[in-house]
Amino acid sequence: MTTGETQKIREDRPRERRTTERTRLAVAGARAAGQGLYTPRSAKHRVTNTLFSAVLFLGLGTALVALTAIIGWALVEGWPRLDANLFLAGPSTINPEEAGFRTAIIGTVYVIGGVIALIVPLGVGAAIYLEEFADRERWYNRFIELNIQNLAGVPSIVFGILGLAFIVRGLGNFGFVAAAGSMTLALLVLPTVILASREAIRAVPSSVRNGSLALGATLWQTVWRNVLPAAAPGILTGVILGVARAIGEAAPLLLVGAVTFVVYDPSFFEGGYSVLPVQIYNYAKRPQEEFHVMAIAGVLVMLVVLMLINSFAIWLRNRYEKKW
Amino acid sequence: MTTDKDAPISGEMPRNEGTDATAPADPGPDADGGPGTGGAAGTENLDSPLHLRPAELRGGGEVEHRDKVFELRKVSVSYGSHRAVGDVSMDVFQRNITALIGPSGCGKSTLLRCLNRMNDLVPSARVDGEVIYHGENLYGPRVDPVQVRKVIGMVFQKPNPFPKSIYDNVAFGPRTMGIKQNMDDIVEEALRGAALWDEVKDKLTSNGLSLSGGQQQRLCIARAIAVKPEVVLMDEPCSALDPIATLKIEDLIRQLKDEYTIVIVTHNMQQAARVSDMTAFFSVRTSEGKRTGELVEYDDTEKIFSTPADRRTEDYISGRFG
Repeated sequence: MTTGETQKIREDRPRERRTTERTRLAVAGARAAGQGLYTPRSAKHRVTNTLFSAVLFLGLGTALVALTAIIGWALVEGWPRLDANLFLAGPSTINPEEAGFRTAIIGTVYVIGGVIALIVPLGVGAAIYLEEFADRERWYNRFIELNIQNLAGVPSIVFGILGLAFIVRGLGNFGFVAAAGSMTLALLVLPTVILASREAIRAVPSSVRNGSLALGATLWQTVWRNVLPAAAPGILTGVILGVARAIGEAAPLLLVGAVTFVVYDPSFFEGGYSVLPVQIYNYAKRPQEEFHVMAIAGVLVMLVVLMLINSFAIWLRNRYEKKW
Repeated sequence: MTTDKDAPISGEMPRNEGTDATAPADPGPDADGGPGTGGAAGTENLDSPLHLRPAELRGGGEVEHRDKVFELRKVSVSYGSHRAVGDVSMDVFQRNITALIGPSGCGKSTLLRCLNRMNDLVPSARVDGEVIYHGENLYGPRVDPVQVRKVIGMVFQKPNPFPKSIYDNVAFGPRTMGIKQNMDDIVEEALRGAALWDEVKDKLTSNGLSLSGGQQQRLCIARAIAVKPEVVLMDEPCSALDPIATLKIEDLIRQLKDEYTIVIVTHNMQQAARVSDMTAFFSVRTSEGKRTGELVEYDDTEKIFSTPADRRTEDYISGRFG
């Protein structure tokens, strides 16, 4: 310490004396303790900290780069076809410049609408039964639980075959219609929704249940009026995940009749239908360059449709979350 | 409160003499009913101790000892093969505050949860003995636990308002009973009853969880009394609260006594002494490595805290208990 610095400290002292010696000692001690706790003590700490942050950023960065790359590439490549016709016109094999995804969009909206209508009541109902009513001691309840977890990992094409055998033909005998596609996809994503809903219901604190039951509410009133509203955000997250998966599925739908060319607007219970991923695949495999551009533009259309459906679900979720 | 405390200690002996003096008046009608019996003096002497006891209790401050709400007869609760609390026999009186005290693990909360069949929610729990509520065994075959909980409300250790508005929290109970009319009045009355109305009347639509801990607990009390129960069970209602909120709740409990029968479990002996009329002291007996709770002593709060009959009670009250 040079004399200059000592001088400076001496000059500062009178101002510091306003606080007592004891206070200053305490502050210095606290500061030292804090620094000891919160700053890395050695070079080794610093290196591991930096390394760990780097790994985290690498993971985040990879995801972000991949996402922006896909969207950017689709925007650049599909740019010539980003017009109203893309959404409003039907498909064409002759006229790629004026063709669009109209029928596929309608088909997708029908199929996904049907999926949502099926998975919300079925998925939530199954989750409520398993969490609130099922007796864990019984072997069949444990068996059901195990199977739901296994079903979540079954390849989608298996559900396609199932849909073909039991929904399109066989028991259901619906034929190759959008309703059959809805049911097949609903079966596919149902395990995901059930598992997510169960987690959400389990996360509702038992104090809420006890409080409700202690007021003389029945178990059903407790579940319906207290547990479900509290679990709604988590359940909706499960539904969003399920829908996002369903919207991108092509394989099972190919088996249950999502034919690639539907010139007229489809209806839910009769006539052929198509969905966006199938339509995109069809355009992509054609030799002409214009159709490839169509396929790329179709990716953007699909993202827009997915975002519209999901933003509704997210809006709904946020509305419930505010109530907590 | 101090007058309550002083009265029985200073006035105990004179009152006994007083009841002795009134005792002959009591058998009077009996004697009228049976004039044929000869040795009147002998029966009087035999009868007087029997008559003395209720008469003595009746005089104990504001305590109403005559109307029993609960009669517990050899009640035991087991979880699986483990008996948590055994052979409890005691009466709970109407519009009284009955405190259950004792060390941790003595089964007082378990016993409390028996009184409105909340233990049914624990799959392994089993209740033996009889819990008689106004002459009806609560564990009888035709009793619906949901109906039991409508007349015997409960307030929990940790405030547990529903994640809903204050209004909906209070209105939940009446709504489950199918009440639709005059909901505003019911909510206001319940909130006033829980001494919370003035603090929340301008924000009935805000979330119940946005209140402070003490307010949340009073909201839970309002929620419990909105269904007009006869009994309110409280499981350590102040253990999660600061001293000021605790005092407010204690004041509230004393007010609620005018309308409700209250059974309160507390770890805080001062609290039991401050609010309760009767106190039951529980202890743990360890045999073969298993801990079972048992009722040691049950009497007027003043008696328990001034001249306990049992050595263990005295040790616990004076803080010599482990």
